[in-house]
Amino acid sequence: MIAIIDYEAGNLKSVERAVKRLGFACRVTQRREEILESERVIFPGVGAAGKAMADLTHLGLDKVLKEEFQANKPFLGICLGAQVILERSQENKARCLGLIRGEVVQFSQPLLSEEKERLKIPHMGWNGVRLLKKHPVMQGITAADEFYFVHAYYPMPASDDYVIGTTDYGVKFPSVIGYKNLIAMQFHPEKSGVAGLRILENFCNWDGGYAQ
Amino acid sequence: MLSKRIIPCLDVRDGKTTKGIKFKENLDIGDPVEMARFYYEQGADEIVFYDITASSDRRDIMIEVVRRVAEEIFIPFSVGGGIRTIEDMRNVLLAGAEKVSVNTAAVKNPEIISEGAKAFGNQCIVLGMDVKKVEPSEKIPSGYEIVIHGGRTYMGIDALAWAREGEKLGAGEICLNSIDADGSQQGYEMLLTPLISENVSIPVIASGGAGNINHMYDVLTDGKADAALVASIVHYGTYTIRQIKDELNARGVKVRMRW
Repeated sequence: MIAIIDYEAGNLKSVERAVKRLGFACRVTQRREEILESERVIFPGVGAAGKAMADLTHLGLDKVLKEEFQANKPFLGICLGAQVILERSQENKARCLGLIRGEVVQFSQPLLSEEKERLKIPHMGWNGVRLLKKHPVMQGITAADEFYFVHAYYPMPASDDYVIGTTDYGVKFPSVIGYKNLIAMQFHPEKSGVAGLRILENFCNWDGGYAQ
Repeated sequence: MLSKRIIPCLDVRDGKTTKGIKFKENLDIGDPVEMARFYYEQGADEIVFYDITASSDRRDIMIEVVRRVAEEIFIPFSVGGGIRTIEDMRNVLLAGAEKVSVNTAAVKNPEIISEGAKAFGNQCIVLGMDVKKVEPSEKIPSGYEIVIHGGRTYMGIDALAWAREGEKLGAGEICLNSIDADGSQQGYEMLLTPLISENVSIPVIASGGAGNINHMYDVLTDGKADAALVASIVHYGTYTIRQIKDELNARGVKVRMRW
């Protein structure tokens, strides 16, 4: 069973629907025992980092997530779930989970394209990912695939070692990051059509092993 | 780089689309779920549903449609029409829509934007704006006025000012619908669309007037739109989404080409 972490942040149902469509058993849950018993963890979410951390702490899930990461269980962070796994966020100056060293930063304003056109913030819509490293969860994804993003902040790990893929939006920002049994992406695979479903399926079959 | 989005719009009344897709073989489909899946498979980047069900006691039919669509398509979709309260928003979002669009309700009660953004996040709230061209005046300096009731009622609000206000209140996106251009197939509104797009930081979806791919090219380049809504030209089979994207791509507009 796959545990989809429920901390009352955003559209968890869409992740659940996508995983079920792929034929994997999953449950949206905030119960510690159920999460500890699961074989893998998906940590989704939309919203603000400050409120997310307050809710996680209030529910005792901050500790559970750290335990799950340390237990080497396959762990997938999505969108806000790819941000609060770092040490801290510029958004609400939030102290985060610290599973990966680094911080969550805001797109600088004004943000300009290569043609010097002003880019809008949030970064909303479909964009590609340039893979810098091979990763089992990104198997089969090519430069032509695009994914649905909606965010104004992005993860900035302390070392490039953690950066698996980048996306170009005025800056080349880390859009897929990973470390050991943890993989996280700024876009929404559950809303990214066939390519996104492929990533979710890869994750559901992943043993959590990754040689950096 | 970010792709320009091509977004089919489906009008739904009592759980049925009002215009079926007319394929080349003239097949007619009125089921919004089937149509959504058809466009999803054709490469639509997002889908907009507009509920034009007249009586409010039949709104649960739309919620059921949303629930079924969410099972079938794995791209974002939004629902507008008849959203009047935070509770309406919650029902649509919980059923699986990514975004809700408010139009008349926001004109009458702008707080619904800020309350919705606070409850569900800015990215969930689309401000739908119906506009008509008028003589520029002190009250309407842009020369475009906000209208409701399908254009029959003028609200005395300047379109540019309202777009800025909507952004300030927390809308995550604007869907700008020109009543003059709507259904004309003579091209999108090319004056107001760039004016608004350059004066807000949130994405702007151009709506109304698409008759051919040139129109789409124009609004996504000179028109500065981030996305283009299409209805008749895809419903009547003039073009497939694939044809639209192939041609835009060939002309240098960045669109998502693989799905």
